[in-house]
Amino acid sequence: MNRQAQAVILLLLGGAVIRASLTDLYLNYVKEGLRPFLVAAGILLVVAAIMTLWYELRPARPIPAPAGATGPDGSHGPGDPDGHGHDDGHGHHEPRVGWLLILPVLGLLLVAPPALGSYAAGQAGTALSSQQQPSDYPPLPAGDPVQVSVLDYASRALFDKGTSIGDRRVRLTGFITAGPDGRPILARMVLSCCAADGRPVKLGMTGNAPTGLADDTWVEVTGRYSDQVTRDPVNDAEIPYLDVESWTQVPAPKRQYE
Amino acid sequence: MTPDTDRSIRPDDATEREPTTGVPAPDVSAGVTEPPDAAGPRRRLGDRVGSVEVLAALLVLLIIFRDPLAGQLSSPRLQTWTTVFVSVMVQAVPFLVFGVLLSAAIAVFVPRSFWARALPRHPALAVPVASAAGVVLPGCECGAVPIAGSLIRRGVTPAAALAFLLAAPAINPIVLAATAVAFPNNPEMVLARGVASLIVAMVMGWLWLRLGRADWIRLPRRPELDSGSRGLAFWAAVRHDVTHAGGFLVLGAMAAATINVLVPERWLQTLADNPVLSVLALAVLAVLLSICSEADAFVAASLSQFSLTSRLVFLVVGPMVDLKLVSMQTGVFGRRFASRFAPATFVVAVVVAVGVGAVLL
Repeated sequence: MNRQAQAVILLLLGGAVIRASLTDLYLNYVKEGLRPFLVAAGILLVVAAIMTLWYELRPARPIPAPAGATGPDGSHGPGDPDGHGHDDGHGHHEPRVGWLLILPVLGLLLVAPPALGSYAAGQAGTALSSQQQPSDYPPLPAGDPVQVSVLDYASRALFDKGTSIGDRRVRLTGFITAGPDGRPILARMVLSCCAADGRPVKLGMTGNAPTGLADDTWVEVTGRYSDQVTRDPVNDAEIPYLDVESWTQVPAPKRQYE
Repeated sequence: MTPDTDRSIRPDDATEREPTTGVPAPDVSAGVTEPPDAAGPRRRLGDRVGSVEVLAALLVLLIIFRDPLAGQLSSPRLQTWTTVFVSVMVQAVPFLVFGVLLSAAIAVFVPRSFWARALPRHPALAVPVASAAGVVLPGCECGAVPIAGSLIRRGVTPAAALAFLLAAPAINPIVLAATAVAFPNNPEMVLARGVASLIVAMVMGWLWLRLGRADWIRLPRRPELDSGSRGLAFWAAVRHDVTHAGGFLVLGAMAAATINVLVPERWLQTLADNPVLSVLALAVLAVLLSICSEADAFVAASLSQFSLTSRLVFLVVGPMVDLKLVSMQTGVFGRRFASRFAPATFVVAVVVAVGVGAVLL
């Protein structure tokens, strides 16, 4: 891979990163807070590409003089012109491994894979372990039903035994996935850094639970606290329940992770 | 246009082979002026099908076959693989780019004499200083590899540069804060992680002084760093390091995504009860998963069926040895280095983490 091709790849990578961070695509992969760094890194990649092309394509005169390195070239050039002319493409110091950088470019520009969904949720154990146990939870915000995150509800239900929820009506948004017993449960992925560390928060549903929905369908459920609990066979952690009163199918939210 | 660009590329290439030849200066003019006429036609044929053309053809093909390709990726497992792969890359790109910029700046703008003054002269003392320097530099492991390469290139003793390489991603303030957030009930975990990682970095530095051999490290020759204008050298280093380290990062990200998809967490469940197996399982998992050091504490916290000590092992091993790191180290320092350094670090990290865990946890 010669320098011009490297420059093109840097340009593509920078462009792909900038595009992903200016649209909401990047939210499928990383936390929102990374956005300014992504934009900056993308711009720097584009600048690096432009500077490389500038040094490559401007007339050769100014470069050899300070370089003083053209000497050996002269001694090789005439004797073995072809070998060296090509060497730039296959030379050991021009990294061939750089070709692989096309893959993330393709991933971002052509494929743009969706956020983690039910497959990943089924692979991993629910993220709520006994580790996170703040002693008391602030009261729920006003509203009936009150909008809470799956993570918030699940931790209040498990570690607070639902005390701070009481008999308030809550509304949660998540996607459908198959639970341990095969019945549908509500899940939401939680990220701490990027999708590689994404873990699901799982929530069982009783009462008027959604039925007949395919995995990965997003729903908004309204219901009340239930003291029922089951165990996730994947990591033996507890999965709380919600007593569902009503539900509606909704489009996938912009921020799919909590 | 072709002969022009060709000429500007070749000088470095030749220097690459014979960096010290200074004799044939008179040939310079011949080398520069002659080829377009003499070897022009033949060479042009070869250049016509250069990397840029291959790249263009590849991209056109991919755009044409976009839909069938996307269709191939529709199975949930492959889709999850793609998501994890892309997200590891997206997460790592800023750290890679900033790390590479810093390393290029070190290589081009910081004079060699600075390091001689900044670090204690005796290598054995330089190791702890370099480890401590790692504490103040927040960054992911992907950025630390090119920086360490640059340090060695600028005359820093390899032992100190390697201690820095291990310490920087493991014990910077961001990582320790993340650990504190992930283990609210076990603040001693933060201390244990910091202490164990620092010890491992220093032990590896000193081990390198005793056992390491300079010829294991094969830094790729970089003639452009010492020749030409500083601007040229700086951007050439950035371009080279991003494509080089980035390519190896892609390899590592692919491996990590594969492990992420293929190894379901429930396999671990069966290992958690045995104290020895659980330590080994989490050590190996840390290597395979290749999670960014700023996030691994949260993953460790969610592995609640495992003992605190085995999770400490996970946190100590992860930022020092993992698939994407080994891949990048192979690229930057050479295979002979990586094949010795990574296993040694793994063993030292496991032993030290278990020891520290026994005392502190």
